[in-house]
Amino acid sequence: MDVKITINGKLYEKDIEPRLLLTHFIRDAAGLTGTHVGCETSICGACTVLAGGLAVKSCTMFAVQANGAEILTIEGMAREGEMHPLQESFWEEHGLQCGFCTPGMIMTCHQLLTRNPSPDETQIRGALDGNLCRCTGYQNIVKAVQSAAGKMKHRRGAAAGD
Amino acid sequence: MKPRFVGQPIKRKEDPRLVTGASAYVDDIVLPGMLHMAVARSIHAHARIKSIDTSRASKLPGVRAVVTGEEIAANCGQLPAAGDIKNMKRPVHHPLAVGKVRFVGEPIAAVLATDAYVARDAAELIQIDYEELPAVTNPEKAVQQGSPILHEEFSDNVAYSFGWENGNTEDGFSKADTVVKQRFINQRLAPVSMEPRGVIAAIRMPENELVVWSSTQVPHLLKTQLGLMLGIPENRMRVIAPEVGGGFGSKLNVYAEEALVGYLAKKVGQPVKWIESRRENMAGTIHGRDQINDVELALKKDGTILAMKLKVIADIGAYYQLLTAIIPTLTGLLAPGAYRVPALKFDLVAAFTNKMATDAYRGAGRPEATYLIERIIDIAARKLGMDPVDIRRKNFPKPAEFPFQTSGGVFYDSANYEKALDRALEVADYKGLRKKQAELRKQGKYMGIGFSSYVEICAMGPSIAMASGGWESGTVRIEPTGTVTVSTGASPHGQGQETSFAQIAADELGIDMENVTVLHGDTARTPYGIGTFGSRATAVGGTAMYLALQDLKEKMKKFAAHMLETTPGNIEFEVGKLVMTGTARSVSFMDVVTSAYVAKKLPPGVEPGLEATRFFEPSNFTFPFGTHICVVEIDEETGEPKVVKYVAVDDCGNVINPLLVEGQVHGGIVQGISQALYEEVVYDENGQLLSGTLMDYAVPRAHDFPMFELERTVTPSPVNPMGIKGAGEAGTIGSTPSVVNAVVDALAPLGVTHIDMPLRPEKIWKILKLGRAS
Amino acid sequence: MIAQQFDYTVAASVAEAVALLQKHGDRARILAGGHSLIPMMKLRLAMPEMLIDIGRITELSYIKEESSYVQIGALTTHHAIESSVIVQRRCPALSEAAGLIGDIQVRNKGTIGGSIAHADPAADYPASILAFDAVVITIGPKGERQIPASQFFLDLMTTALEPNEIVRAINVPTRTGRSASAYVKMAQKASGFAICGASAVVELDASGALAHAAIGVTGVGNRAFRATETEKALHGRKPTAELLRAACEKAAGGVSALDDIHASAEYRLDLVRIFARRALEKAIERAGN
Ligand SMILES: Cc1cc2nc3c(=O)[nH]c(=O)nc-3n(C[C@H](O)[C@H](O)[C@H](O)COP(=O)(O)OP(=O)(O)OC[C@H]3O[C@@H](n4cnc5c(N)ncnc54)[C@H](O)[C@@H]3O)c2cc1C
Ligand code: FES
Ligand code: FES
Repeated sequence: MDVKITINGKLYEKDIEPRLLLTHFIRDAAGLTGTHVGCETSICGACTVLAGGLAVKSCTMFAVQANGAEILTIEGMAREGEMHPLQESFWEEHGLQCGFCTPGMIMTCHQLLTRNPSPDETQIRGALDGNLCRCTGYQNIVKAVQSAAGKMKHRRGAAAGD
Repeated sequence: MKPRFVGQPIKRKEDPRLVTGASAYVDDIVLPGMLHMAVARSIHAHARIKSIDTSRASKLPGVRAVVTGEEIAANCGQLPAAGDIKNMKRPVHHPLAVGKVRFVGEPIAAVLATDAYVARDAAELIQIDYEELPAVTNPEKAVQQGSPILHEEFSDNVAYSFGWENGNTEDGFSKADTVVKQRFINQRLAPVSMEPRGVIAAIRMPENELVVWSSTQVPHLLKTQLGLMLGIPENRMRVIAPEVGGGFGSKLNVYAEEALVGYLAKKVGQPVKWIESRRENMAGTIHGRDQINDVELALKKDGTILAMKLKVIADIGAYYQLLTAIIPTLTGLLAPGAYRVPALKFDLVAAFTNKMATDAYRGAGRPEATYLIERIIDIAARKLGMDPVDIRRKNFPKPAEFPFQTSGGVFYDSANYEKALDRALEVADYKGLRKKQAELRKQGKYMGIGFSSYVEICAMGPSIAMASGGWESGTVRIEPTGTVTVSTGASPHGQGQETSFAQIAADELGIDMENVTVLHGDTARTPYGIGTFGSRATAVGGTAMYLALQDLKEKMKKFAAHMLETTPGNIEFEVGKLVMTGTARSVSFMDVVTSAYVAKKLPPGVEPGLEATRFFEPSNFTFPFGTHICVVEIDEETGEPKVVKYVAVDDCGNVINPLLVEGQVHGGIVQGISQALYEEVVYDENGQLLSGTLMDYAVPRAHDFPMFELERTVTPSPVNPMGIKGAGEAGTIGSTPSVVNAVVDALAPLGVTHIDMPLRPEKIWKILKLGRAS
Repeated sequence: MIAQQFDYTVAASVAEAVALLQKHGDRARILAGGHSLIPMMKLRLAMPEMLIDIGRITELSYIKEESSYVQIGALTTHHAIESSVIVQRRCPALSEAAGLIGDIQVRNKGTIGGSIAHADPAADYPASILAFDAVVITIGPKGERQIPASQFFLDLMTTALEPNEIVRAINVPTRTGRSASAYVKMAQKASGFAICGASAVVELDASGALAHAAIGVTGVGNRAFRATETEKALHGRKPTAELLRAACEKAAGGVSALDDIHASAEYRLDLVRIFARRALEKAIERAGN
């Protein structure tokens, strides 16, 4: 089946099997391997991307369901070589170790911060229910999200003040 | 020269590629013409394979090969297993089962296809006809007469038995005022690195070399062992551990799939990839722990420990993987914990059962030891009516007694246990906590405070104690343009040594960290090494690099001295230059490098070039320690425990980068709490795996934890020149007992003295219900 | 891992979906949010030969407020229900249930229609669907049916839906006056599904007595159920702590409970008592304010 899927602003048109998972479309057809696969029961969240602005587990969607959709992956987060505040904050707060969960974490946190620009600790921890990390113990991830929220607010403030 | 980087919380060099998705894990690597392997696995715990019909699978378009046990057994060696324990039974262990399967998930056949989806389809089409056999999953039953025997070449399921005694245990027990006894079950766990395993193999010309990319913690060891299994000379093997998404011991191994991928790549002459699914990971990647510990502790009335008896039954599963046999033996070494235990008798029986093999999982043998000593000492305190703090304090060896020989048979390098304990009490406000507890108890609420004053064995370790050597290697090359390339035999996978090693190298040489690149994980680009596990990468691997740096510095001093017309003893390193002591005269770092390479004016007897390799053999392990305090509250109706406060004071010696140490501790604490409360690999009595997906095996989530309060004391280790002890496992080792101690403390008014892990709400609910009834 | 091959087609309207179902019969399954079906297909526990994707029928995704009920379109996502001001105000138990389903990503994709049609015994909504006496509106070749909740959930993953029928919407009747609802849950640690979830819908009369009390329970038995004996014991009485406690002793009725590695039957049954009471307490407190 022919599908057209836009990933990070670029259109990918492919003839695919209906059973191809979106995650494999992104990784194999589009060659964007920052989106990871850590399970097959939709629990780990390593595959999280934004589809039409919504955080989704790309392993739990067939690519055909995303026909016509706009997808944002970790590779699309940095703009003109400048990291997204979430990326910066994960780095600064040591919010990652092996890094395998990180792209999915960042995409989920992105969704959280668009819905709730100043989440408290409980809200941040709750928002990470769909993303497992086996390395960091989550503490620095929570701190990274707090720090990114601050940065984003600051930037918005600065932009509004212009 | 004052360190500019060492000791500082420096952001990791590895992170920019990881947070942008630019890094490459095994599954991200695509080679031209690459084929995909899928594996058909046993659905039974114990069965004879009557026949395998691969015809439907072979006919599926896109399938290139199907292989079964006989072909592999004829062409490929068995899986390696370390350990030279007397009377150790060594069963046959082929990469694909031959004749019989012994655990659910055991590989039976492998399929090679042009596409991963087709490979999976084909694997599903392989028809295996089984004759089911009775399974045994209880290790105590397994070693009894009449139990189904896993390996028919042997008369029973006793894999080995082992033991020793240090000091006179009987004497200790005869002098005791009191003896406490308890059986502790240390449940089976799954390591669950977030990246499952994965392997790619390809024959590369012109060397006709087999290149293997594997998500492994031990590339060099894998190269040696795979070469042996596949009959490929080691100098035509190359193993690359690319970005590795966590290991926790589970990737410190040589697995069937690694051999299969290598074999198939050779057989078909095309690259082959295999990526483990999570279900395969839960069933066919090593598990951890699974010990039953029967402990007896003899004490005087005042709480002084006299002796300990420890009987261990280790359920090791159906086969040995690499370190399966060794791990349970480590439990004895550390059983005395942070205490003076004058005599210890250790007996160990390892049993084959119809389960996946156990092996090294974060802590490996030491968490079991720490758990049992930290639990039994609490039980003793309660029996003697002592505060858990006082009994610990009473039995700590004093700082002046180090190095301290224990009845576990090891020498603890250095410590100040009391200092860490006192700091933890202060940070946690112990007195305030007890007061709060008393108030809550009056309201019928359950709150508990749990301690763990742990010691752990790190920086693995002297070679005498390790099957394949315990040293590590490091090469440092100062390139002609002044940048520095460090290559290490260790193989970090999240621990951040690209950063911490660069910190050390930059400080030693007086250059900027940007000018240091740390290479690891590729056997063709690094000196032969042991790998990353046992909290050894910095303490042992870092030391090897440190020694190589010293060699280079000595050499550079000779060049500088020659240029400044003085003696090397008068030269010191400063930032960017080498200075003649007590003068303003100096030569720049770059000038020295240039002179070493252009080699026009060599100092007499000095060779050109600036490259050094050193192999560091540590004289001992290191023994980090600390005290963790956990506070739990229990829902008095449902039994749900919640960790509401957690204080950890750890001492891992000198610290290169506090950010990294903190991260290791956080992650470890979470894994340890999670063992105490949530995680368990469950097989039913027929050997079916009931916790085979992440829908049933509980990996903890962010909302399960409070913010941890971390502090450090610093007691440098004398074992290595940088005074590092290591930090990779302290969190896991320290946390588990503190959580269980806290829950038991909470329930103490109900007369509870012990509950086995994981402390699921239901277990606590039962106790509360009985308590209410009585 | 990887699903078996299947054919795929998109239904542009409800009518087309029904027609396609009729045409393809047993071979076909409806695909909504996919968050129950796709995991099963990946494990090859479900192997439909054809999927009819109704996910693009936007007219099935809505929350409509009427005077005596709230109507929720089948394709409304858990997130939309969780964050809807209408649902929060008129049927808070349902929005609480939605907010406790899985995680952000699951709630962004999963739909209420899919959850109800799937009838997982550990799903969250059914407790509230029952407690509200909601009505499931279905559409099939023979037209529309209105199935009362009490007749909808039949057994483990079995509902009153006919093979060619789809869920179109759910009507959630709401009460006026001093009424409120609440949902509480103990989650299975690994999956997040309910080990026990209880939903309470109450209405207080002028004297503060319970003019109405309904309790739905999920996660415990093969299907969600109402705690009818508890309801009877509460009816017309002032909800003292004592009464709630006593009334909830019988909340599990005679239901035979699930038993697995996560919770024994005995434990689940005791949780019913605890969570039924907690849901009631929360709902009553809300109603009182
Ligand atoms: C990781 C994870 C965690 C979860 N946790 C929870 C939880 O805690 N609580 C909970 O309740 N649920 C949980 N779920 C399930 C989730 O709520 C699903 O979204 C829901 O059960 C199914 O909705 P769906 O739209 O995704 O349906 P689909 O998966 O698309 O369909 C499910 C079934 O219903 C049928 N179907 C779908 N829509 C209709 C319709 N309109 N008419 C007729 N038949 C239809 C399909 O044919 C299929 O058989 C979880 C799921 C995942 C993946
Ligand atoms: S890969 Fe684990 S949730 Fe998608
Ligand atoms: S950083 Fe390794 S899993 Fe999160």
